[in-house]
Amino acid sequence: MEDGVIKQLGENLIVPGGVKIIEASGRMVIPGGIDVNTCLQKPYLGTQTVDDFFQGTKAALAGGTTMIIDHVSPQPGASLLQAFEKWHEAADKKSCCDYSFHVDIPHWHEGVKKELEILVQEKGVNSFQVYMAYKDLYQMTDTQLYEAFTFLKELGAVVLVHAENGDLIAQEQSKILGMGITGPEGHVLSRPEELESEAVFRAVTLGNRINCPIYITKVMSKSAADIVAQSRKKGSVVYGEPITASLATDGTHYWSKNWAKAAAFVMSPPLSPDPTTPDHLNTLLACGDLQTVGSSHCGYSTSQKAIGKDNFTLIPEGTNGVEERMSFVWDKAVAVGKMDENQFVAVTSTNAAKIFNLYPRKGRIAVGSDADIVIWDPDKMKTITAKTQQSAVEYNIFEGMECRGGPLVVISQGKIAFEGANLSMQQGAGHFIPRKPFPDYVYQRIKMRNKAMAMHGVSRGMYDGPVYDIPITQKYITPSPSAKTSPTKNQPPPIRNLHQSNFSLSGPQADDNVPRRSGHRIVAPPGGRSNITSLG
Amino acid sequence: MSYQGKKNIPKITSDRLLIKGGRIVNDDQSFYADIYMEDGLIKQLGDNLIVPGGVKTIEANGKMVIPGGIDIHTHFQMPYRGTTTVDDFSQGSKAALAGGTTMIVDHVIPDPGSSLIEAFEQWKQWADEKACCDYSLHVDITHWNDSVKQEVETLLKEKGVNSFQVYMAYKDLYQMSNSELYEVFSFLGEMGGVVQVHAENGEIIAEEQARMLQMGITGPEGHVLSRPEELEAEAVFRAITIASQTSCPLYVTKVMSKSAADIISQARKKGNVVFGEPISASLGTDGTHYWSKNWAKAASFVTSPPLSPDPTTPDYLNTLLASGDLTVTGSAHCTFSVAQKAIGKDDFTQIPEGINGVEERMALIWDKAVVTGKMDENTFVAVTSTNAAKILNLYPRKGRIAVGSDSDLVIWDADAVRTITAKTHNSAAEYNVFEGMEFRGGPLVVICQGKIVLEDGNLHVTSGTGRFIPCSPFPDFAYKRIKARKQLAVLRPVPRGMYDGPVSEFSPMSRGGTPSASARTSPTKQTPPVRNLHHSGFSLAGNPAQRGAPTTEETPIRPAGRRIVVPPGGRSNITSLS
Repeated sequence: MEDGVIKQLGENLIVPGGVKIIEASGRMVIPGGIDVNTCLQKPYLGTQTVDDFFQGTKAALAGGTTMIIDHVSPQPGASLLQAFEKWHEAADKKSCCDYSFHVDIPHWHEGVKKELEILVQEKGVNSFQVYMAYKDLYQMTDTQLYEAFTFLKELGAVVLVHAENGDLIAQEQSKILGMGITGPEGHVLSRPEELESEAVFRAVTLGNRINCPIYITKVMSKSAADIVAQSRKKGSVVYGEPITASLATDGTHYWSKNWAKAAAFVMSPPLSPDPTTPDHLNTLLACGDLQTVGSSHCGYSTSQKAIGKDNFTLIPEGTNGVEERMSFVWDKAVAVGKMDENQFVAVTSTNAAKIFNLYPRKGRIAVGSDADIVIWDPDKMKTITAKTQQSAVEYNIFEGMECRGGPLVVISQGKIAFEGANLSMQQGAGHFIPRKPFPDYVYQRIKMRNKAMAMHGVSRGMYDGPVYDIPITQKYITPSPSAKTSPTKNQPPPIRNLHQSNFSLSGPQADDNVPRRSGHRIVAPPGGRSNITSLG
Repeated sequence: MSYQGKKNIPKITSDRLLIKGGRIVNDDQSFYADIYMEDGLIKQLGDNLIVPGGVKTIEANGKMVIPGGIDIHTHFQMPYRGTTTVDDFSQGSKAALAGGTTMIVDHVIPDPGSSLIEAFEQWKQWADEKACCDYSLHVDITHWNDSVKQEVETLLKEKGVNSFQVYMAYKDLYQMSNSELYEVFSFLGEMGGVVQVHAENGEIIAEEQARMLQMGITGPEGHVLSRPEELEAEAVFRAITIASQTSCPLYVTKVMSKSAADIISQARKKGNVVFGEPISASLGTDGTHYWSKNWAKAASFVTSPPLSPDPTTPDYLNTLLASGDLTVTGSAHCTFSVAQKAIGKDDFTQIPEGINGVEERMALIWDKAVVTGKMDENTFVAVTSTNAAKILNLYPRKGRIAVGSDSDLVIWDADAVRTITAKTHNSAAEYNVFEGMEFRGGPLVVICQGKIVLEDGNLHVTSGTGRFIPCSPFPDFAYKRIKARKQLAVLRPVPRGMYDGPVSEFSPMSRGGTPSASARTSPTKQTPPVRNLHHSGFSLAGNPAQRGAPTTEETPIRPAGRRIVVPPGGRSNITSLS
C-alpha cells in the first residue's frame, strides 16, 4: 500500500526499502467495514448526540469499520443544501475515517427537487431517506412518497425508507399515554412490529409501481424482514439493512425496572420483544435476503434521554452499535456456522459499497482500491461494557455480552489506526467520499425493466352508441374514483368514422377471442405472471 | 309435483309445504329427511312427518335440499350521478331468486357529508317497495366525524345494521386516512360491528390514473393498468394491521386477486380475525377482457378492484374458498347499461364501476369448486349461505335447514347444465361478464319465505314481499375470539421509581424537533415530579437482578394477548436455522 491505495497484490512482491511490514501470520485480511447508517450529529430539541464525528469514528475504527455513511437530518422546512454543508464541515473537521452522507428529506415540496438535483449532480450524494413515520413532522403521505420515489428514480438515487406507519403510531401513543403508561415500555407497545412490516409492504408496493429501488433502513423485526425477503423472491428491487442492535439484542429490556437502562434501548423502529428476532435476522442476512448491516449509532446521554422521563414519546431515539457491529455479525452469524467469511465481508462492507456506488474503491481488496483494511482475529474474545467502549454514552445496550471475533489491526487510508489495543488516529483525517448516481448494482435491472414496461392502449374504433347524459350537478358522485383527474366530462361527441368503427351492440365480435394486444404480454402475460411481478 | 288430497280443491294454503325425500345439506352434515314448512318457518324435520291434509308436497327424489343462498354484497338501484343502476330491487332480487339466492345484503352508500340514517331509510324504503326476497343492509361510511359516529351507534343499536364498509380508495371522495380508519375500527370494535373494507390504495391509484391518461391510454384497459393487484394487496395488508391493532374483526369485500387472497390467508394463519369475500366475477372470469376491441364489452368488466389479468386467478380463489381461507361469497352485482358505461368512453376513470353476478353466483361456485372436486357440498353451503348468516348474526334463522329456521330453501340439481347469456338472464344489463360460459349445477326449486318462487323453470315472484331482516351486533362468529383476546391484552406499565438523575436542557418542541414522533400527543412539558426516596428504583450502576429479560414479576406486563401474534417460542418459521 502506498498513498492510501493498494498498489500491489501477490506473493514475493518487490517493494521499496524501509516499508513497515505487518506480519498477519495467516490471519484473515478483510476490506474495512462500511457502516451504512450512523447519526453522529443528530440534533434533538436543541441538544445533539454526545457522540460526534470524532467520538463516533473513533469507535468505528476500534471495531474494524473504516468508513461510515452518516445521515444528514435537516429540519423540516430548512434547506437540504445548507444542512449538507453543515454536516460536511463538521465531519471534515472531526472525522477520523472516510465518510459519506445520506440526506434525509424531511418535507416534500417543489423546492426540494432542485436541491436534490444539485446534491446528486454536484455534491456526491446518491441516497436519500424518506420517512413513513413521525406524523406531522417528517412523515410523507403515499402521494408524496409516490412523487418522491418517481423523482429520485429519475435522478438515479437510492431511496432509503424509514418504514413505520406513523398515523397508527400516533394513535397508539395517545392511547397508551391515556392508559397511564409513560415509561420506555410504552415506546415499544405503541410501535408494534406489525406497523413496521405494514410500512415495509407499502414501501415495496410503491417501489414496484414506480420501478424504483427501495432500501429499508433499520430492519428490526422478523415480520419486516420476512416482507423484504418475500418481495425479493417476487423480483422487487429491495434491500434490507438490519442493524447491530436488531442482530444482537431484543426488546425485552424496555421492561427493565431501571429507567435509564430501558431508555437506552429506545429507538425507532423499536427492538422487537420477541427474543428469537436476532437469530432470525442473522439467518436472513446469511442467506442474502438482507444485504447490509448498519449500526444506526446515535448516542444520547442518559440526561438527554431523561427529557422523556415522564413521557416516552419525548425520549430521544437512538442506540449505540458502531463499534460492536462487525464483531456481533461475526459472533452471531459466522461463529455459529450460518455465514461464511466471504458473506461476512459482503454484508459488512462489499454490499454497502455496491449499493451506494463505492465499489470497488471501497469494499474490496484489489489493486487500486483504497487501503482500508482490517486484519481480523476470529478468536478474539471481548466482553462488551460501557466502561471500555469508545462511545461517550453511559449505557451500552450490549452490556455484559461476550463477543467472539474482532479486529487485530485496522488500517484506514493506508495508516494503522488500531493495533493490538492502541488507537492512533487523527481528528479530521477522514475524507468525504462523493458517490455517483445510478449504481449498477441497483439500477441495471431497473433500466431493463423500464424498457420492458412500456404500456400501450388498445386501438379501438370510437364508441358511437348511446351515452347517458350526466347532469352537471355533481351531487351524486358515487364510485368514480377520479373525478379530479379529468374534470371535463361532457366532451363533444366525436365525428363518426364509418370506416373505423367496429362497435356493435349485438353479440360477440370477431376479435373477442383476441383479448389483448401483443404489447401487453409483458405486463400481464397470458400464462399468468412470471415471478418477476414487478414488471407488471 | 303432486297435491295431496282431493284435486278438485283448487285453493290451497300455499303457506304449507312438504318436501319429501330430499337429502338435506347443511354446512356441517348431510342427511335424508322430509321438511314440513308453515308460515314461512320450518316446523318439522324428519321421516314420516305427521302433517295436516291438503299440504302441497314436493318430491325431491333424493336431490339435495340446501339453505337458500345469501348474497352478502349487492348494489341494486344504486344512484350514480343522477341515474341508477339498471337492476332495481325488483329486477335484482328476481335474478337472485332465479339463481337460488333467497336473501341479499345491499350496500347503502350515503353521499359524503349526508346523513347515514337518512340514506339507510331511503334504501330501506326502496327495498321494501320492490324486493322479492328478504334483505339486510350494510351501511358504507363515506366520511367520518362525531355525528357520523353517533349515527353509526344508532344504526347498530336500533336499526339492525351490524356491518359497515369503509373505503381505502376513491381519493378525495370516500377514501379515509389511516388515522380515520383507526378510529372507525376502534369504535366499531367496541360496538360489536363488522368492519368491511374496500381495499385498494387510493393515493397510488390516483397517481397511476393520471399517468395512464397522460400516456394516452383512455380505454378500459387503463382501468386495470392503473389499479394493479399489488395495490389491492397492499391495502388488505394495511387494513389487517389496523384491525389487529384495534382488536376489530375485519371483512375484506371483493377479493379480486391472488395476492390479496394470499395476504388474507397468511393473516388468518397468524391468528388475525379476518374474512375474505371473493365475488362471482373473480371466481368465474378474469381481467383479460379489458383488452377486448369491443369497447362496450371491455367496459362491462369495469369494477373495482378490477378483475386480475392473470387467468389463473379464478382457480386459485376457488381453492382458497374451498380450504376455508376465504369465507363468504358475494356478487357485488351492480349493473349499468352500455349507455351508462359510455359516460367514460373517452376516459376510463369515468366509467361507472360494476358487474353482474347475483344470478350466476351459486351455479358458478358449484361448477368451479364442487364439480372440480375442490369443495364438498357442505362447504358449498357454508360459503354460499351459512358463513354469511353467521357474520350477519342471522344464524341459525338463515343459512341452515333446522326446525325454527326460515323456510328459504333450494332444491339443487347437481347435473343441470346451463349456458350463460345476456339473452336469457334476468338482469336488465345488455352484457353478461360470463357470456357463453357453461355452468353445471343449478336450482331446481327455490322456496323463499315458504313460497315456491321457482319451479319447472318458471319464476313466480312478487315485488315488495321481501322483508328487512335486522342484524344484531357482536356476532359470535367474529367476536368470540375478539372478546377473549381483549380480556388478555391488558397493558400495564412497569412500576419503577421515578428517574431523578440529571436532565438535559432542551428547547421545547417547536417546528424544529427531530424524531420525536408525537410532540403533539403531549405538548406540555411537565414539571419535574417530587422525588420519592422510598420508591426510587433508579440506579446508574444497574442492579443485576433487574437486568436482562423480564423476570417472573415482569412477565405479565407484556401483553399476553399479543402472544397469539408473536408466540413465546418465536414464530414457527422454516427459515430459522437454530
